[in-house]
This record gives sequence, C-alpha cells and structure tokens, in this order.
Amino acid sequence: MSTQDAYEEYYVPHSSKLPIFASFGIFLTLYGMGNMFNEMKAGVDSSFGELVFLMGSLVMGGTLFAWFSIVIKENQEKLYSNQMNRSFVWGMSWFIFSEVMFFAAFFGALFYVRVFVVDWIGGVGERGPSNMLWPEYQPHWPMLDTPNPSRFPGATDFVHWWPLPFVNTALLLTSSVTVTIAHHGINEGNRKKLITWLGATVLLGLIFLCVQGYEYYHAYTDLGLTLNAGIFGTTFFMLTGFHGAHVTLGTFMLAIMFFRALKGHFSKEDCFGFEAAVWYWHFVDVVWVGLFLFVYILGT
Amino acid sequence: MSAVIEEHHHDGHHHGPDKGIMRWVFTTNHKDIGTLYLWFSFLMFLTGGVLALGIRTELFQPGLQIIQPEIFNQLTTMHGLIMVFGAVMPAFVGLANWLIPMMIGAPDMALPRMNNYSFWILPFAFGMLLSTFFMEGGAPNYGWTFYAPLSTDYAPPSVTFFIFAVHMMGISSIMGSINVVVTILNMRAPGMTLMKMPLFVWTWFITAYLLIAVMPVLAGVVTMMLMDIHFGTAFFNAGGGGDPVLFQHVFWFFGHPEVYIMILPAFGVVSAIIPTFARKRLFGYDSMVYATASIAFLSFIVWAHHMFTVGIPLAGELYFMYATMLIAVPTGVKVFNWVATMWQGAMTFETPMLFAIAFVILFTIGGLSGLMLAIVPADFQYHDTYFVVAHFHYVLVPGSVFSIMAAVYYWIPKWTGNMYDETLGKTHFWLSFIGVNVTFFPQHFIGLAGMPRRIPDYALQFADWNMVSSCGAFLFGFSQLLFLFIVIKCIRGGKKATDQVWEGAHGLEWTIPSPAPYHTFTTPPTSMKEAHG
Repeated sequence: MSTQDAYEEYYVPHSSKLPIFASFGIFLTLYGMGNMFNEMKAGVDSSFGELVFLMGSLVMGGTLFAWFSIVIKENQEKLYSNQMNRSFVWGMSWFIFSEVMFFAAFFGALFYVRVFVVDWIGGVGERGPSNMLWPEYQPHWPMLDTPNPSRFPGATDFVHWWPLPFVNTALLLTSSVTVTIAHHGINEGNRKKLITWLGATVLLGLIFLCVQGYEYYHAYTDLGLTLNAGIFGTTFFMLTGFHGAHVTLGTFMLAIMFFRALKGHFSKEDCFGFEAAVWYWHFVDVVWVGLFLFVYILGT
Repeated sequence: MSAVIEEHHHDGHHHGPDKGIMRWVFTTNHKDIGTLYLWFSFLMFLTGGVLALGIRTELFQPGLQIIQPEIFNQLTTMHGLIMVFGAVMPAFVGLANWLIPMMIGAPDMALPRMNNYSFWILPFAFGMLLSTFFMEGGAPNYGWTFYAPLSTDYAPPSVTFFIFAVHMMGISSIMGSINVVVTILNMRAPGMTLMKMPLFVWTWFITAYLLIAVMPVLAGVVTMMLMDIHFGTAFFNAGGGGDPVLFQHVFWFFGHPEVYIMILPAFGVVSAIIPTFARKRLFGYDSMVYATASIAFLSFIVWAHHMFTVGIPLAGELYFMYATMLIAVPTGVKVFNWVATMWQGAMTFETPMLFAIAFVILFTIGGLSGLMLAIVPADFQYHDTYFVVAHFHYVLVPGSVFSIMAAVYYWIPKWTGNMYDETLGKTHFWLSFIGVNVTFFPQHFIGLAGMPRRIPDYALQFADWNMVSSCGAFLFGFSQLLFLFIVIKCIRGGKKATDQVWEGAHGLEWTIPSPAPYHTFTTPPTSMKEAHG
C-alpha cells in the first residue's frame, strides 16, 4: 500500500446534527410563511402562520450560526487541508453562479416585456385579444398607465436615475474599492487597515440600504409607484428588491467578517471566509450596475 | 488490495457506521446518503405510481366512473411532479452519491454535511407537497407545468405550499449539484484526468452544471407566481402589462434542460453497463463526452418548441424547430456508439444488460417521436394529445427509469456484497418491458387520432386502446413490487459477490471489496490503469 507523500488527509466529519435542524428550520420557515400569505389573502385573523414562521426563523438562524461556528473552529484547529479549502472555493463560485441565474430570470422577464409585450399589447402582430379587450389603449415604456387600471392602478412617474440611484451607484462602486483596500490590509498583515476599511465598507452598504429605503418610500407616497402598479412597478420593485435583499445579506456577511477581524481572525494564507464575502459583495455590485443601466437609465 | 483503506484512528473519524436509526439522520457518509436517496426515490416512485394507476383506472373506459374531474386534475399534476422531482431526480442523485466518489477514488463527497442537508430537505418538501391533498380546495390541479394564469388567478389556495415545496426541492438540487461538481473538480485521485473519468461521472458533471444553471430559474418563475398571487404584481397578467406567455418562456427555459437532467445520467449508466456485458471497451469515449456536452448546450436554446401553438412569431417557430432537430445529431452519435460497442462483442444478457439494451431501443423510439414533435406544422396536430404523453413517457420510463433499474442491478452486488436473484431479475425485466410497451405504445395511436391529454373522459373511438393501455399500466405497476422484493432479498442474503462482480467490468469501484467498506479511498488509489472504462 503506497500513498503519495504529498497527499493530505481530507476531513470528513463522522456525523452531524446540523443538517437535520436546518432542514426542519427551512420547513417551518416556509410552511409558516405559506400560512401567513394564505391567511392574509383569505382575510383570516390568525397568528398561526406568524408563529410557525418565527419558530422556523429561530431554528434556521441558530442552526446556521452553529454551522458556521463549527466550520470556523475546525479551520482554526487546522483540520482542513488545502484540498478541503479548494472545495470551499469551488462551492462558493458555483453558488454565486446559481445566484446569477436567479437574477437572469428576472432580467429576462424585463427584456421580454420591453421588447415584445409592449408592442403586442398595443396590437402589433395581429394580437387580436388586446385589440378586442383594450382598443383605446396606447402602450409605451415606461408603462405608467395599464390596460386594466381597475386592478393595476398605474403610477404618476418613475424613479429618475438622478439623484438617488446615481448616489447609490457611487456608494456601491466605492464600497468595492474600500473592501479591496481591506483585503490589502490582510495581505500586508495590517489589522488596523483591515478593520478600518472593512468597517467603512459595511457602513457604505448600510447607507445604500437607507437610500434604497427612502427611494421606495418616495415611490410609494409621491409617485404612486407600487408593486401593484402594473408591469413597470412589478419589474422595478422585484429587480431592485431582490438586489436589496442580496445587499442586506452581503452587508451581514461583511459585518460578520468585521467582527471576526476584531477577534483576530484572517491571515494572508487563511482568509477564505473573508474572500467569499468579498466575492459575494462584488457579485451584488455587478448586478447593481446592470440594474442602474437597464432599469434606471435605459429603462426610463 | 492496494486501493482499500485501513483505519486511521488518530482523530477518531474513521469508524464504521453508528448504530440505530440516528445513523441515517446524522450521517455524512456518501454511501449512507446515496442509500437514503435511493429509498426515498423508490417510495416516491410507488406514490407517483399509485396516482398514475388512479388515472389509468378512470381512463379504463370512456365516461366518468370513479374519479371526479377535479380529482383527476390533481392526480395528473401530482403524478408528474412526484415522478420528476421525487422519483427520477433523487434516484440519480442517489447513484451519484454512491458511485462518483468510488469511481474517481475520492474519500467522500466534497462537502459531506451539506450532502446530508441536500437529502433531508426532500422528505420535508414532499411532505408539504403531499399535504396539499388534504387542504381546502385540494392539491395542485394545473398540470406539472403549472401554466399561469391557471396556477395563479385560478389556482386553489394550496398553490402557496406548492410554490414553497418547489423552492425546497430547488435548494436541495442546487446544493446537491454543487457537491457533485466540486467533488469531480477537486477530489479526483492523482492521475484521474478529466478524459479518464468514467462516463457516468462525466454525464453527472454536465447534469450538475445544468441543474445549477436552471434550478434558480425555476425558483424565479415560482417566485413570480407567488408575487402575482399574493402581492398584486403583473408578471403574467396582460391587464397590468405582463403576459401569460412570459410564464411559459421562463418555465421552459428551466423545463427543457430539466428533461436532459433526467436523461444524461442515464446515458452514463448505459455507457458503463454495455461495455461490461459486451466485453469490449466503450466505442468512441471522446465522442460520447463531446456529444453529452453538445446536448447540454443545445438544451438551453430550444425551449420554445414546447410552445409552438401558443402564438410565437414565425421566425421563432422556424428557429426553435431547426435548433431542436440539431439535438438528434449528438444523440444519434450516442446511440451509434452503444450499438457499435455491442458489435462483435462477446455478449451475455444478465438483467442489467437486458435493461440497458431495452433502454437503447425504447429511448430511441421516444427520441424519434420527439423529432416528429419538433416539426412545427405537425406539432399543431400533436400538441397536447396523447402522442405527447406517449413520447415523454417513452424517454422517461423505459429511458430514465429503466436505466436506474439497470444501475441498481449492476451495482447492487457491490453495495450489498450479495448477488441478486438472476431469475427473478429477468422476470422483473420482462414484466416491466411488456408492461411499459403495452401501456405507452397504444398512446401513440390514440394521440394521433386526436385524444387530448389531461382529460378524464374521452370519445368512444378511443376506448379499445385506452383499455389496453390501462391493463399495461397495472402490469407495469405491480411488477415493481417484484423489484422491491428482489432488492430486499439481495440485501438480506444471497450468493456472495466477488470484488470484481462482473467479468468484463472496468473501473475503480470494482477494485474494492464487496460490499464496499464504509470508507473507501481515504488515501487515493495509485494505479489508474483500471479506471478507463
């Protein structure tokens, strides 16, 4: 039995209680959410859904906390070989690819509506039904008035790319720079630099979210632009909303890395947790550039 | 036996399995998890099968007899969902778990805890989906393709739980696929280059890539439904500027790669079995790899051939017709290679080989009816008839399902250490083979004659072939109980299997003892000469 000297042992935990809790947690979360939505739609006054959802979130949150803690602990105990670390690197890369495809579905919906549906609703291509249903309707993009205003009331205006979205673009692009400076801090072994610039990045993320929140408030109260306003509001809020959710997650990840940095984690050779969060942050950044271009500038 | 691993006790991580039921709940072992997937898949196969027999019972004679139309719609919908997401996909993931680490000389899957998570989400997801049968308004009734607005404005309230069940299945699939891709990219033994991997590993590698690419799109489309139903968005409502056809585009962008997700691993299984029993090397290994990759690429650019009658522009119909026909080229390469492998081989016909040969013939029939459906003007006649039902059941049942059964017969001696009962295995094969053809071949005729799918009643002219089809369905369905019996019998005992098991088999999994020890290749094998099937 000969083995290669260069080969390192691959760490396989013997068993784990975490996944079954995570499975149960995700089930409770989604089952509770389903009940919440159905109760809301049926107008039933019940807190069953909320209760299950809350329990599920707690189980899920606790399990994820324990899960990441164990991975960090095992890493610090040097249980992971280089090969194991490569598995994390590949895993994160493919996870981000799956996220790209999720956004692709929503961008695809936007492009399909803009390129085909607007004309077809206007009666192009002998699309008989829309001519019969709404003979007077003249569609154009951005679609602020809808064919059926009794169900989709439409909006008075859209969110202009200047000033708020532009400010947000600047914020996110800057945050990509600051996080890179923080990364340099790790490479140089300069913890103060890491903490300062990583903290600045988290702050920029939070400011972005506040601006986004204000923008939504402005859209709802001043412009009548809502989720229910028709296809423009639909694509606008779904695309920017899912992006905002990802910024929230990314900020949370970076905040965890910030606290880990305070505790003295990360070195030039061993900082993949940090790098994974940074990759995620750059992904969120790139999606925003796409949004700024296709939703805010070319979309209006 | 050089490849087998002694125990390393220094960190306490290389013991055998735990005792008791919790072994299965907490396990991180790829073999345990593979077993869990396979049993879960079989349970779902029986569940979906019972629903199918309900459908065939109602269709035994024209007129409404036993099952009301509302229930009938729920049966067709849930049958499709359970068979696709609960039976076929988890069975292939189970095979991947069992086989890929053993085939590439890896100690386990790359991310063992996440592997357990991928599996244990599934029972919860299907529990939630099946619970919709008992909800007010009943289970999903809009077909497994859940076209809007049938699945939005006109859906029963249970649609919310259907959506979240699909989300959970998607999360499970994405994590499972990431595990497969990372295992293959990162865990191969030294010397196991990409072009030396067994084809089953190659086909799963490409399948996993497809899954990571399209399961998020499925998540996207059900999210759009959720928002349309509960939050007043207008994705699929023309009154708000959306379009119901948008649903079909997004769904089939997922849906078409999905059908290859269910067949590519089957290609890998058949490419392992035929060389063994023909006692020849696989003909055209390289072209098999390239053909698989081509099929995967083409699967992304043909989705609208499911939508020819919905009213897409003529240019679109022509493009999607020709692009679809292109798929016949790489698929033809594969069929040719399997036949060429058998050519002048010293063939024997054990049960796995019988299933594999039946796969080649019957899958080709399904492929050819697919080509017929790709022709736009012809499709206007075939669309939503039983011809379509016959087509996709030919590629899925004697295609995917036969390959899974072939795989179980082929590798179960390695899993259990015992040979299965060959006589019973062959009996199971012939019952299934006859059952499947009696069920689905007549559906071509009634489809071409114009019988629509998903309808509980039909005109008198279709009566005879429907009766034949129902008889075949019951024969096929109950034959699977024999399969269950054979598997249990094999687990409990039988003739001891050798390490090699099959005289003509090549690959690393045949170099380790039967049954395969709980941990294999904790240190990688050094000789790759056996690896290239």
